Amino acid sequence: MSSVKLSSTTRGKGPLSRFLLDDPAGKWLLIAVFAISIIVSGLNLLAPEGSALHVSSYTVTLLGKYLCLGLLALALDLVWGYCGILSLGHGAFFALGGYAMGMYLMRQIGDRGAYGNPELPDFMVFLSWQELPWYWQGFDSFLFAMLMVALVPGILAFLFGWLAFRSRVTGVYLSIITQALTYALMLLFFQNDFGFGGNNGLTDFKDILGFSLKSDTTRVALLMCSALALGLGYMICRWLVDSRYGRVLIAVRDAESRTRFMGYRVEHFKLVAFVVSAVLAGIAGALYVPQVGIINPGEFSPINSIELVIWVAVGGRGTLYGAIIGALLVNYAKTWFTGAMPDAWLFALGALFVVTTLWLPKGVVGLYGQVREKFLKPSARTQEQEVVDHG
Amino acid sequence: MIWRLWQILPLVCLCLLFVFVSSAQALTDSHTNSREELARQLSEKSWDKLEATITELSAKGDDESQKLLTLWLSGQLFIEKSTDRLVIGNRSGRMYLIADPITDEALGEVKKRSLKKIKINNRLRNAIRTALAIWDLKSEDPDKRLQAVKETSRNIQAETLAILKAMLKTESDEDVHSALTTAVALYHIQHGNDELKLQSLEILSESDDPIVRSALESIKTETKNKEILLGIDSALADMDRRQDYYSAIESVFFGLSLGSVLLLAAIGLAITFGVMGVINMAHGEMMMLGAYTTFIIQSAFPSLMEQSLFIAIPAAFVVAGTVGILIERLVIRHLYGRPLETLLATFGISLILQQAVRTIFSPLNQAVSTPEWLSGSWIINDALSLTWNRVYIIGFSLTVFLTLLFIMHYTRFGLNMRAVTQNRAMANSMGIPTHRVDAMTFGLGSGIAGVAGVALSQLTNVGPNLGQNYIIDSFMVVVFGGVGNLWGTLVAAMSLGVVNKLLEPWAGAVIAKILVLIFIILFIQKRPKGLFALKGRAVED
Amino acid sequence: MVDKHIPDNTLLYLDNVTVSFDGFKALNNLSFLINQCELRAIIGPNGAGKSTMMDVITGKTRPDTGEVLFNQGSTRLSGGSIDLTRQDEAEVANLGIGRKFQKPSVIESLTVWENLELALKGRRSPFESIFKALSKEGFKKIEKTLSRIRLQDRRDFAGASLSHGQKQWLEIGMLLLQDPELLLIDEPAAGMTDEETFRTADLLRELSEERSVVVVEHDMAFIKALDCKVMVLHEGSVLAEGSLDHVQQNQKVIDVYLGR
Repeated sequence: MSSVKLSSTTRGKGPLSRFLLDDPAGKWLLIAVFAISIIVSGLNLLAPEGSALHVSSYTVTLLGKYLCLGLLALALDLVWGYCGILSLGHGAFFALGGYAMGMYLMRQIGDRGAYGNPELPDFMVFLSWQELPWYWQGFDSFLFAMLMVALVPGILAFLFGWLAFRSRVTGVYLSIITQALTYALMLLFFQNDFGFGGNNGLTDFKDILGFSLKSDTTRVALLMCSALALGLGYMICRWLVDSRYGRVLIAVRDAESRTRFMGYRVEHFKLVAFVVSAVLAGIAGALYVPQVGIINPGEFSPINSIELVIWVAVGGRGTLYGAIIGALLVNYAKTWFTGAMPDAWLFALGALFVVTTLWLPKGVVGLYGQVREKFLKPSARTQEQEVVDHG
Repeated sequence: MIWRLWQILPLVCLCLLFVFVSSAQALTDSHTNSREELARQLSEKSWDKLEATITELSAKGDDESQKLLTLWLSGQLFIEKSTDRLVIGNRSGRMYLIADPITDEALGEVKKRSLKKIKINNRLRNAIRTALAIWDLKSEDPDKRLQAVKETSRNIQAETLAILKAMLKTESDEDVHSALTTAVALYHIQHGNDELKLQSLEILSESDDPIVRSALESIKTETKNKEILLGIDSALADMDRRQDYYSAIESVFFGLSLGSVLLLAAIGLAITFGVMGVINMAHGEMMMLGAYTTFIIQSAFPSLMEQSLFIAIPAAFVVAGTVGILIERLVIRHLYGRPLETLLATFGISLILQQAVRTIFSPLNQAVSTPEWLSGSWIINDALSLTWNRVYIIGFSLTVFLTLLFIMHYTRFGLNMRAVTQNRAMANSMGIPTHRVDAMTFGLGSGIAGVAGVALSQLTNVGPNLGQNYIIDSFMVVVFGGVGNLWGTLVAAMSLGVVNKLLEPWAGAVIAKILVLIFIILFIQKRPKGLFALKGRAVED
Repeated sequence: MVDKHIPDNTLLYLDNVTVSFDGFKALNNLSFLINQCELRAIIGPNGAGKSTMMDVITGKTRPDTGEVLFNQGSTRLSGGSIDLTRQDEAEVANLGIGRKFQKPSVIESLTVWENLELALKGRRSPFESIFKALSKEGFKKIEKTLSRIRLQDRRDFAGASLSHGQKQWLEIGMLLLQDPELLLIDEPAAGMTDEETFRTADLLRELSEERSVVVVEHDMAFIKALDCKVMVLHEGSVLAEGSLDHVQQNQKVIDVYLGR
């Protein structure tokens, strides 16, 4: 290769070396995530309860939840930030992953339910169903359930994306039909006779792989799994967007028709990104459910999916790490507000939407660049590599 | 100014209607001498004697007796113990307001103890009802006669039959005549010989009255005559066929009324989204503001309940329109050309508006009343009746639609609006104040959403989430119809409404809705730009 | 592939192509041939159907009627040709037809180098783009093109930061790397200086030695510099064809250009 060292030519090496060279922000973010997870876990398990250093199990689970939502935001950034697909239905993939995990956890309850039926979950006994429906078969196996966590959102995304991208539904139209998708699923899962617990969803989980969900060690393990999933998800996404594939995605985002005339089958590229993103979202949902202890149709609500978009926008889209930072920030704020002044939360969230779109097009991670640009000479500014704002 | 006009037009029309409804009924005021005698008869304890009194009053046949019987039936007829005279008694707190039963002249307030209620039981009630119905048979008003014939045909006695038969000869009103024929046939099929029964069957098979159906069904279990059995079967089959036909009409009607709601909800969006390219997620909250405006007006002027909607419509337009203009000036004008960002910003605004309503009012639903003239049904025949609120909503949404179409195509503002949409730079250079047109357009779209909110306040719960429930449906309608095309929005709203209601009987409400959503998702694949998309080069860029 | 026999040295064959938008006929029974390694200029007033013609050839627009056949190198031996009306844009591009728009369209947030890398022929599927690294030859080709379009010192700058002329050159570079057999170019001289215009004309003539080039242009000086066969399009069909001098003397052409 060329003797001159250039950013564009260093791309093409192994993911790790590239990771260390090109992405300091991502690197430090992941290091911070792991460090905090380990410290929180350690203090929860090792520091005696009542001591000043002890971290409550509540905090452990809360952090685990945040990390899952971070993974979900990361998944959305892959399609929105890099490919220009603003999905308003990503919550659906998250929820489907969550339901797959929830079904496994339901089957683990066995005869410890309120009705004590060894075969059927409580809500089915309540509906006086006689046997387990076919689509619940196999979910007593952890491996099968985990396969479904990835497959169900993946297949849905594949079918939906295949239809939509092939017929070149883009922009606002695509956003609206993704919203319709999650809305339709929400209505469906609210149906009692659909077989997923209707309104109440799936809850009262007891244990996972034989470990009680209430024990501190299980909670810590789930937190570490979430951190690991987030780290791996980040590496995969970073690897994808740094490959030539990622540059095609950016080309699709900026000039879809031009990319076609270059000979790229745009729909295939979009489809790959959409499916990968849906699978990541599904995994996030699957890790989220055992930590919060419930999954219900509310997770499909279009509002959740739109809220997710604002996490990514607040953090800064098209950067991957920005999405994670945004998810952590907004969700932390949500927890704080709902504790301190619950009535003000929606005002704050609403204002966040407006402020971000008006003044923070690149999110908080872009603030530094925005400020620097303001004080740079105009001639130098044109040479800055711009992240093009793309709706 | 001009778009203010269209709000006044329906107002005027409906005011006329209101005058018609509230026109007072004349009352007769004749007196009678035998009132003491009657009071004595009515204080009898024996049920048989009381029934005889009913027959006697009925035989008299004058208006006075009719009024007394009516009062008796409704339990308002009393005897004042101290004077032994008949009075009307109306409870008012712990006291009773009494009045003269004939002249309605107020006679003061007495304690309950000093009044004796005229006795009544179910047997007497039936007797009074029949008696009153026979009265109404002679009424001048054909509607009353019709009602009376139907009342009497529930249980026809031989004497009543004679009256009905006599009436048949002179009756000129078509509806009443056919009801009489049915009533007579109904008597014959229950009491006549086989030949009469067969003849009656032919007549009865034309009827959709549930009384006829139950009579036929009960005869079917009793009779042994094969011919009659066959006749009944075919008559019932006829009825079923007509029933299906009417229920199909009813489904379509429900569909159109649902479609009208969708149209009302979507039409403002068709302007902001279709014409301006702004994805206004706060559109639903504009409807919510309209509904709350109705609530405020009803609470502020409880005496004007009947007219409240006519005040609320312009008020809601102004409230929602003003909020819309504010949103446009403060936020949206910075975001033109970036539709997905308008989506996020307006979603934020919708959250703020919802929470504001929650804080100011309450998170609970508010009670919005329905004026008298909106309740009740339009009875077309025995099998088909349409509720007035649905009929009105169809008319109202079409009025709004046509008004909007008029504004778009025949006013200066509409022309400016279309010019700015099609070529902003050119419009600007021609001296059209584009910024003002933007603000006005957004205000118009929002104002119409507010007006839609007034209509929705009559159909659904008025609460902070009102808007949210409609926003996705509204987007579906606009996208399905084709962006930038008001006619497309109309067709889309109506067809989605009708399809939804036609699916409901066999799929259930929720599944029907899901199917419609899936249909739209698939439809967009086939025609990404909607039903009535513009074609050509200009649109693609 | 269709078995219709078209002359061996013909690369592109349009026969009776009609396209209408809401009743308006953008192309009206348009027929013409482009030979291999031919340089052809197409002129015509606004609305003559030039862009629609390009859209039809590149698979963006489906014609209502008519045939568009392409005699691609690999199929030429077997005697068949490819029906372009059944291909989408990406397939047409991969068959060897490159298109340059009037407005320079480079990917603004990618660097010059990355733009060129995306255009480099081959490796078009998502799988290949994820797993297949850039080959040594590919790398050399990009470097060579970079110097040919004189943007070496800009290789790591974003497309957005280039001047208008630089963008034009970058796009030409991208087309060179795409290595098409047929190159469709829409008004390349628009917004260029005289010096740049002549350099572009030289380049196009040079390119037409190994491939066919179709240029849509308004600038008569530029067309003169191209020194090739000229075709005049009017109301969706061919009005005149021949050398520049020949068509300039054609009365119908004079009427269309001057008579309004």
